[in-house]
Amino acid sequence: MQWGSVSEFLAMGGYGLYVWGSYLVTALVLGAEVLLIRRRGRTTAAITGPTENGASE
Amino acid sequence: MVPVFAVLAVVLGIAGLYVGFFVAPTDFQQGESYRIIFIHVPAAWMSMFIYMVMAFWAGVGLTFNTRLSSMMARALAPTGALMTFLALWTGALWGKPTWGTWWVWDARLTSELILLFLYIGYMSLAAAIDDVRRADKAAAVFALVGVVNVPIIYYSVQWWNTLHQGASVSLTRAPSMAQSMLLGMLLMALAFWMYSIAVSLMRVRAIIMERERASAWAQELA
Amino acid sequence: MKSRHKRFAMIAAGVAALGIAVALVLNAFQSNLVFFFTPSQIVANEAPVGQNFRVGGMVLTDSVQRGPDGVTVKFVVTDTAQSIPVAYRGILPDLFREGKGVVAQGKLGTDGVFHADQVLAKHDENYMPPEAADAVERATREMRKSYDASATNQ
Repeated sequence: MQWGSVSEFLAMGGYGLYVWGSYLVTALVLGAEVLLIRRRGRTTAAITGPTENGASE
Repeated sequence: MVPVFAVLAVVLGIAGLYVGFFVAPTDFQQGESYRIIFIHVPAAWMSMFIYMVMAFWAGVGLTFNTRLSSMMARALAPTGALMTFLALWTGALWGKPTWGTWWVWDARLTSELILLFLYIGYMSLAAAIDDVRRADKAAAVFALVGVVNVPIIYYSVQWWNTLHQGASVSLTRAPSMAQSMLLGMLLMALAFWMYSIAVSLMRVRAIIMERERASAWAQELA
Repeated sequence: MKSRHKRFAMIAAGVAALGIAVALVLNAFQSNLVFFFTPSQIVANEAPVGQNFRVGGMVLTDSVQRGPDGVTVKFVVTDTAQSIPVAYRGILPDLFREGKGVVAQGKLGTDGVFHADQVLAKHDENYMPPEAADAVERATREMRKSYDASATNQ
């Protein structure tokens, strides 16, 4: 283990901005993708419900 | 199926991050900045791999006229585009402190940027045509032609003089990385892979529902 | 049937157009996307004359000279066969090291010195902890010593 303290870990040997900038954006992008797909699925389900009933009648 | 891949992605991701940040040592040249590798390389691998899988499904859809394969291809494109974006983004943040620049127009970086445009082109072409089946076909042709870019990206560092270094990990020779670094990278690559499968399956389900709704409406109108 | 033929012709035309575009891009890659020239290529007059271009190679060990002003740097770029002296004013990237890869952008002067306005570090694909790197270096040095009879300063 190479980290003496939390601040040392966050500093990443002076490259904190670059390392955490990469990881943070990755987390945000992947999280946003999951949320968007979930919403897309829910929206469709909400509209599809009544239509399916209508089509089966 | 989605929960299985989602859980695998999370577990492998946590393991990969643990190895990447707490087990893997500091690099002799790059210090801590090299830790970007644990997302950069998996994202770059997935950006190319997803394109190949997408083109495969698009091709199957085009040849055998199977709807589900075309929907698979469409479901993969946004994830592939995101992976490409992440590879470029993390690459820029890695290039600045190590090379001294965010971006250069060398063959590796340029061909990866072209890959992003191919994904965007595929998605906009598919979205631009109203008739779903025709849109699938046109987009499939586009995807198949774009496949030539994938080997160009992969071999760019061998074919041309590039600023980007050669591959550390390849099938033909021993990896030029310390073992714990390699382990962290492979775990993260697997996590990205599982994530991509989970997300694509979720998206294909949404697409199937959307198309069912559309055909139900069409029936209703007829 | 007719519409089917028409559609097929359109798809074929689209594929052909895309194919031509790809061929053109590839061709452009081949001639313009050479990111840098090696010192050997420059000596063989393959680099463009009177234009900005990049030279790439290894920083020759013990060739780096820093000017008294602190921003002027002179070093020699080599591909082991040929070398080119480079002069640069500015900040060097973190990974700029003697014996490591470098890519400099600028113009070749009439004095044979390459005047760079940008210097980028080109690192290799090896990743290892410092201790391992030390061990590798020590091993290389030992090997060189056994070849070199004059190195008897043990």
